[in-house]
Amino acid sequence: METKQYDIAIIGAGIVGVMLARTLARYRLSVVVVEKEADVGMGQSTSNSAILHSGHDPVPGSVKARMNKNGNALWRELARDLNVELLDTGAMIVAIGAEEQRNLRTLYERAKENRIEGVEIWSREQCLEREPRLSPDCSGGLWTPTAAVIDAFEAVVATAENAAMNGVEFLLNTEVREMIVNDGRLEAVRTNNGEIRARWFVNSAGVHADEIMHMAGDRPEFHISARRGEYFLFDPAKLNIANVVFPVPSEAGKGVLVATTSHGNTLVGPNALVTDDKDDTSVTRAGMHEILVSSARLVPSLSPRDIIATFAGVRATGNYRPDGVNRDFLIEISKTVGGLINLGGIESPGFVSSPAIAEEVVRLLAEEGNEKLIGNPGFKPVRPAHVRFAGLDHDERAALIRKNPFYGRIVCRCQEVTEGEIVDAIHSPVPAVTYDAIKRRTWAGTGRCQGSFDYPRIMEILSRELNIPMTEITKRGPGSVFLYRKTKDVV
Amino acid sequence: MNSIGTAQARKRMDICLSCPRGCEIHTRTDENNEILDIEGNKCKLGATYVKQEITDPRRVLPTSVRVRNGVRPLAPVWTPTPVPKHLLLDLAAATRDIEVDAPVHVGDVIIENWRGIGVDLVASGEVPVR
Amino acid sequence: MEVTKEYDVIVIGGGPAGMAAAIQAFKTGSEKVLLVERNNTLGGILPQCIHNGFGAVNFDRDYPGPQYSYLYEKELRSLNVDILLDTMVLDLTPEREVYAMNSVDGYLHYRAKAIVLAMGCRERTRAQIRLPGTRAAGIFTAGTAQRLVNIEGFMPGNRIVVLGSGDIGMIMARRLTIEGAEVPAVLEILPFLTGLRRNYVQCLLDYNIPLHLSTTVNNIYGENRVEAIETVKVDDKLQPVEGTEQVVECDTLILSVGLLPENELSRKAGVELDSRSNGPVVDSHMMTSVPGIFAAGNVTAIYDLVDYVSKSGEIAGRSAAQFARAGTHDSQSGITLKPGTNVGVAIPQKLRFDDDRSGEMFIMLRPNALLERAVKVELKHGDEVVGSFREQYARPAEMMIYRLKERELARLRELKTGELTAAIS
Repeated sequence: METKQYDIAIIGAGIVGVMLARTLARYRLSVVVVEKEADVGMGQSTSNSAILHSGHDPVPGSVKARMNKNGNALWRELARDLNVELLDTGAMIVAIGAEEQRNLRTLYERAKENRIEGVEIWSREQCLEREPRLSPDCSGGLWTPTAAVIDAFEAVVATAENAAMNGVEFLLNTEVREMIVNDGRLEAVRTNNGEIRARWFVNSAGVHADEIMHMAGDRPEFHISARRGEYFLFDPAKLNIANVVFPVPSEAGKGVLVATTSHGNTLVGPNALVTDDKDDTSVTRAGMHEILVSSARLVPSLSPRDIIATFAGVRATGNYRPDGVNRDFLIEISKTVGGLINLGGIESPGFVSSPAIAEEVVRLLAEEGNEKLIGNPGFKPVRPAHVRFAGLDHDERAALIRKNPFYGRIVCRCQEVTEGEIVDAIHSPVPAVTYDAIKRRTWAGTGRCQGSFDYPRIMEILSRELNIPMTEITKRGPGSVFLYRKTKDVV
Repeated sequence: MNSIGTAQARKRMDICLSCPRGCEIHTRTDENNEILDIEGNKCKLGATYVKQEITDPRRVLPTSVRVRNGVRPLAPVWTPTPVPKHLLLDLAAATRDIEVDAPVHVGDVIIENWRGIGVDLVASGEVPVR
Repeated sequence: MEVTKEYDVIVIGGGPAGMAAAIQAFKTGSEKVLLVERNNTLGGILPQCIHNGFGAVNFDRDYPGPQYSYLYEKELRSLNVDILLDTMVLDLTPEREVYAMNSVDGYLHYRAKAIVLAMGCRERTRAQIRLPGTRAAGIFTAGTAQRLVNIEGFMPGNRIVVLGSGDIGMIMARRLTIEGAEVPAVLEILPFLTGLRRNYVQCLLDYNIPLHLSTTVNNIYGENRVEAIETVKVDDKLQPVEGTEQVVECDTLILSVGLLPENELSRKAGVELDSRSNGPVVDSHMMTSVPGIFAAGNVTAIYDLVDYVSKSGEIAGRSAAQFARAGTHDSQSGITLKPGTNVGVAIPQKLRFDDDRSGEMFIMLRPNALLERAVKVELKHGDEVVGSFREQYARPAEMMIYRLKERELARLRELKTGELTAAIS
């Protein structure tokens, strides 16, 4: 197998990995992102609440608090450059009953300490005016105006695409299986697709970050316990909550929220179930019941009849506790293994923090790693928007179809996704070669019929554009084929 | 169907297919398949149905065959005359060896008098040339 | 965007309801009729329904789906009706303006004097029944699986469990068996069959496919592709009974868990929807709450016989043509039809006697209880029993279609307004 040489190899193509790759592309460095799955953003980056938290919640003084606040600010410009939908919704933490109302003051003080702008304590009436569907038992709330909603799918893909446009290489379906450490320095990793040598390896492996550390012989005490969170998405035609509503947090975490998505669905979740299997994203009967009950406490009119999708994500909860009490993000150049940078325990608010984490890594490289970072004058910060047919008006649609008839054929009826958009995704800088990859990029199959209509059509387009048989089209990579054989073929 | 054999008589239950009601008809038959007694049928059609079921149960087989040069890879076919039940899967297997040329028209006979039992396999849909 | 074409009647959807509506609109005198179909063939779901069981009412014959469809298509194509295939209607306004598109003609903006909504239905999905388990490949709705096997020509798996004893579920269990797959189980959460009995016999018993009532899927295993499911018995409140779990190895799970009328366009046009039927509120001319917009077939409520879908299309098409000519319609008067005891859905929601041109009037009742005994259906206007009829049984799987008798119509015509309740006892 061949050996490839890079300046920096990033292990894991979640939002943290791709954001770092894009940030490093500003410099004259050869960068590769190594990902075991068939696409970028297959883990927790795209199965979360898709909220850019304001930063009111982390323990003041923690890395989390700093990354969250800085990341929130950085995302505004990023979203513009990357052409990613960002909704400035703000967020409400809503108290139910007198006891929770008393806790609002503590939350307010913490937000002040974290220097979060615009935070206010709201009365019951203010909360209900902002979101009339709230429970009548609402007793007040904390208003955090800088919280926002983002399209997490598109954000990961757009960041990766922009990185690829700027020369970052993506090795998908490539799993790190072995590490070559010589004289205390990590020199290379062995994957199922050959050996990769680099001067720096960045461990952004999400829930598997502890395994990567251990493989390199670093931080044997570091452990990630996976916490699975289940979610529901509601039919936007039936229910349209334009806000982000959190309960008052408890020991267990931020709690089950009710929020809009950038596509106008209402999202409800997550719970937090500790799981042994870090890749187990199944939904459970008990879990679904739990989030229905919890969300009804905030918004009683939520009807299970209007649910159009269920999913689960696994959060990477690390055991790094620098103050001995509170979990924090681990962002470091390894003290024991040369050439290794660890990004561990990046659970919520990891998504919003990702641009700040990337800047922090750049700082570490320059200050502690003695990297001479030379600017890349050719860096293109803007990732052009893809065509989104559903968002166009009648005249724009007409003009588009005249230009390219592929946009004249609807493939996903619920989300009004055209064949042109599917073809664009297949031939984009980080090509979509699986059904789920197309779904993440175009939102095909995310509506009421959940793919029932578009499955055969998208499979046909993938087969045609990639020139592979229908029986080799997969949902999410190797092992996940849709079709077994031709109807009349003998078993 | 659910037959329980005894020395003298056999009991069975059939769900009648003559109408949507689907009566559950219980019968006892002798060794010559003659019906000794019958109950559960709400009309005369039930008795006729069960008699046929006992002596020579038949069903329509809907399936498909491969098409060469068609706009679709398959043409729907069926047996307008019912097939003896025990031969259904044999005929289904036989359709795997067939490939017809487009165009296919409704009523085209794909297999005539299969195995000499008086059953034709006939196209039930159109498949134009690609 | 300018309106580029004017039609008397535009029919949206080229399935059995839409084809019948277009034919009837033309025959009733509309000279300019357009039918818009999103698929590349006419017939809607029928071309993939290669099983027989169609045509008993309208042709007194037992045809396979494609053949039933062909008969309507042949007639439609013999008429001077415009047909647009591969064309999606994206927007519909209350003023009956239609925005549609395809890759040949581009973006279209047409207007019609009357519209017939005939978009059919879609399948309920895994999320709607909140099915637990992984998100592996190999979970399909029955209709999608049917399309894959019969139209695209591909088998979704080799060992397949079906959840739901509705007709499509049972028919697919047989279809997959015929093509060499193994179906170890059909599961039904309810304590009774939800499809037709004849399908239980012809699709399951004939092919030795076991049916498990009061049983559902408790978990789905497999990270990338389905590897097994866990079944569980449910109690009379449909809750899982602990200790009854069983693992069934399979590579595919097919869901036949219900159909929902497709009404996105109806919503866009501001048509009032009925929360019971999930379809538009229609009157006996199949007109919706928006004057000039009519609806037919599975858009209005889920039918179990295609013959009646075609019939509703005929009524809608005829009424649409008449509306297109007259241009007005009294939308106020009429008698409201309400579902009473043991009735889930009653269609049409409004009976009209202002202008009873068709001479016949049907009502359709969907029982919501299983009554395996002789039943009596009563139509009551206040305390007055206006009509009644008897049936040998009432089953949720079988819709009751009743043609109102002359005497009943005469009395209803006299009453003219108020509420009529249909109850099964």
